[in-house]
Amino acid sequence: MRIGSRLSTHLALAPALLIALVAYCGAMGWTIWISFTNSRMLPSSVFVGLRQYSSLATNERWLTSVQNIAIFGLLFIAMALVLGFMLAALIDQRVRAESLLRSVFLYPFSMSFIVTGLAWRWLLDPTLGIEKVGHDLGLAWFRFDWLVRPERVIYTLVLAAVWHAAGLVMAIMLAGLRGVDPEIWKAVRVDGIPAWRAYLFIVVPLMRGSFATAVILLAVSVARLYDLSVAMTNGGPGIASEVPAKFVMDHLFERGNVGLATAAATTMLITVAAVLAPLMYWQYRQPARRPL
Amino acid sequence: MFRCLATGAALAAMFALTPPAGAEEQRAEVIHWWTSGGESAAVKVFADQFQAAGGTWVDTAIAGGANARTAAINRTVGGNPPTAMQLNTGKQFDDLVENDLLANVDALAGSQNWKAILPAAFLQAVTRNGHEYAVPVNIHGQNWLFYSTAALAKAGTQPPTNWDDLFPALDKLKAAGLIPLAFSGQQNWERNLFNNVMVGRGGHDLFVAFWGKRDVAMVKGPEFRKIAETFKRLRDYVDPGSPGRNWNDATNLVIQGKAGMQFMGDWAKGEFTAAGQTPGKEYGCTVLGDHGIAYVMGGDVFVFPQLKDASQKKAQQLLARVLLEPDTQIKFAQKKGSIPVRLDVDTSTLDDCARKASGWIHDVNAQVPANEMLSPPALTGAIQDLISQYWNDTTMTTDAFINKVANTLTQPF
Repeated sequence: MRIGSRLSTHLALAPALLIALVAYCGAMGWTIWISFTNSRMLPSSVFVGLRQYSSLATNERWLTSVQNIAIFGLLFIAMALVLGFMLAALIDQRVRAESLLRSVFLYPFSMSFIVTGLAWRWLLDPTLGIEKVGHDLGLAWFRFDWLVRPERVIYTLVLAAVWHAAGLVMAIMLAGLRGVDPEIWKAVRVDGIPAWRAYLFIVVPLMRGSFATAVILLAVSVARLYDLSVAMTNGGPGIASEVPAKFVMDHLFERGNVGLATAAATTMLITVAAVLAPLMYWQYRQPARRPL
Repeated sequence: MFRCLATGAALAAMFALTPPAGAEEQRAEVIHWWTSGGESAAVKVFADQFQAAGGTWVDTAIAGGANARTAAINRTVGGNPPTAMQLNTGKQFDDLVENDLLANVDALAGSQNWKAILPAAFLQAVTRNGHEYAVPVNIHGQNWLFYSTAALAKAGTQPPTNWDDLFPALDKLKAAGLIPLAFSGQQNWERNLFNNVMVGRGGHDLFVAFWGKRDVAMVKGPEFRKIAETFKRLRDYVDPGSPGRNWNDATNLVIQGKAGMQFMGDWAKGEFTAAGQTPGKEYGCTVLGDHGIAYVMGGDVFVFPQLKDASQKKAQQLLARVLLEPDTQIKFAQKKGSIPVRLDVDTSTLDDCARKASGWIHDVNAQVPANEMLSPPALTGAIQDLISQYWNDTTMTTDAFINKVANTLTQPF
């Protein structure tokens, strides 16, 4: 009986496993192989060793993309976590109109990155948006043109992405906060511990699971960051807001340089694996709750 | 998102193909990216002419050149090719020819006598190893300077005729409180502006030496430096809203008289026409050249994937012939804003700018093949990154730019 049910479980999972193996691992293997060839617009099988990787290593646009994704990733994850947690803590004070506020804060997440990018592009465009409003109000000194300044533009992407994701983090954190035993809060009140210390040293450590979930979700959206950059700046000004996924897409299609694109994709894969693997391992090692 | 769009369009195309076609019906599925108002009116000319000749036109329009090319090439490689697909005149089909995926059109080239009726550069651009592999359908000029007559009058200046004239005119526009140069700060337009400066100051030979021969010695010489400096100097005349702007929004600044001039290809005429303006009246067009006129000519072609089905092959031949017929050529150009690729058609019905251009394409000295006819997309893209950086990064010196360009030109692409 037991063996039979296990067999049927395996049979039921087989198609999914097959798809995962062929579609994911197969495509991954193919991509890695192509990155060692001299493929241009169409895949070729002329092996050139690490040539694509060495030209990637000296490619300024790629280096800028990597630097950008590092800045973006760190700031975005940190800010989204802090802001999301603060929003959740705020709502957790049993404020009035809680469900309204929750919807308002979660709302940006329902929009695609394309819409988010376009909206922020208009807001930040110095001749259309916030800066123009300032000038129209007579504040001639007012300047907010980060979108068109190469050394600042990446921070505008962070701004838009945090606006987009903070609500989601809030929802995850709120669920975590609601899971905190009310007895703990009672004890905190009895001991007269200030609220900020209680949050920082008691509640946050209790919510490791929520944080891990949020970090993984945010990290995934960092790795695949593409559409926001396309919609908001299209990588500009110059190459100042280029990101790795956009590098891959542009070289794969528009530039007909499949070899270089797959080398970049492989590099991304290795990096993502190196960052995410320990994180997931850590999360799965958490004492698992007893299944029902 | 673009991938999804392309896949969606490809899927839609597959379903469009499914109904069984009559054996003798000459049915042609054509992938192209002409989707804007003027463009779709133009492609309808092809469809109507093809239908009139007895064919059935199945339209697969995919918005965005890169998306359309990707979908068409993926289908061709995957064994489900369209009957015909649009590409830009140039090197975009090199790999397709090398992998034997395209049918040649030698027979048509012979019977229509392409040697006599096409500009030499265009014949060369469709020829690989002695065979013709594509039908060119139009010529787009890429280095026009459009100007608002009203804005120039307000600034009290004349339209410039060469690059040294340009800067005083820009200064006057600036002094008059207008945006001197309407610009769309996207990478490909930054490259196009650089190309405009390069061909205007350096002429035909230098342009071909750069993109075609990858002449590093020339890049390190004084002429190229002057070009780079002129390009960078133009940056003082654009407005802070230019980064990321679309080209047609920049054209609209000229149309409204808020900006004085714009460097753009002749497709910008579509915007002026849509706003009810005519060349020679509300706006003017000219080409700046220090060494006489050097007119950068690009365009579109149709290529025909290798097919097995006999009726499909017939449809390909019929379509190829129809595209280049004089009547089709002139009707198409009227809608598209381009000029006919045939040298032997009557262009008197076209607008002022197009008539000027029709004169130049008869003069071998004035013809300059476009960037994409001279260099593969991978090299073009790599140089484009550098041009874009040089334009936007105020700390990048001309020396650094020249060195990086020289390095890139020596890499294998």
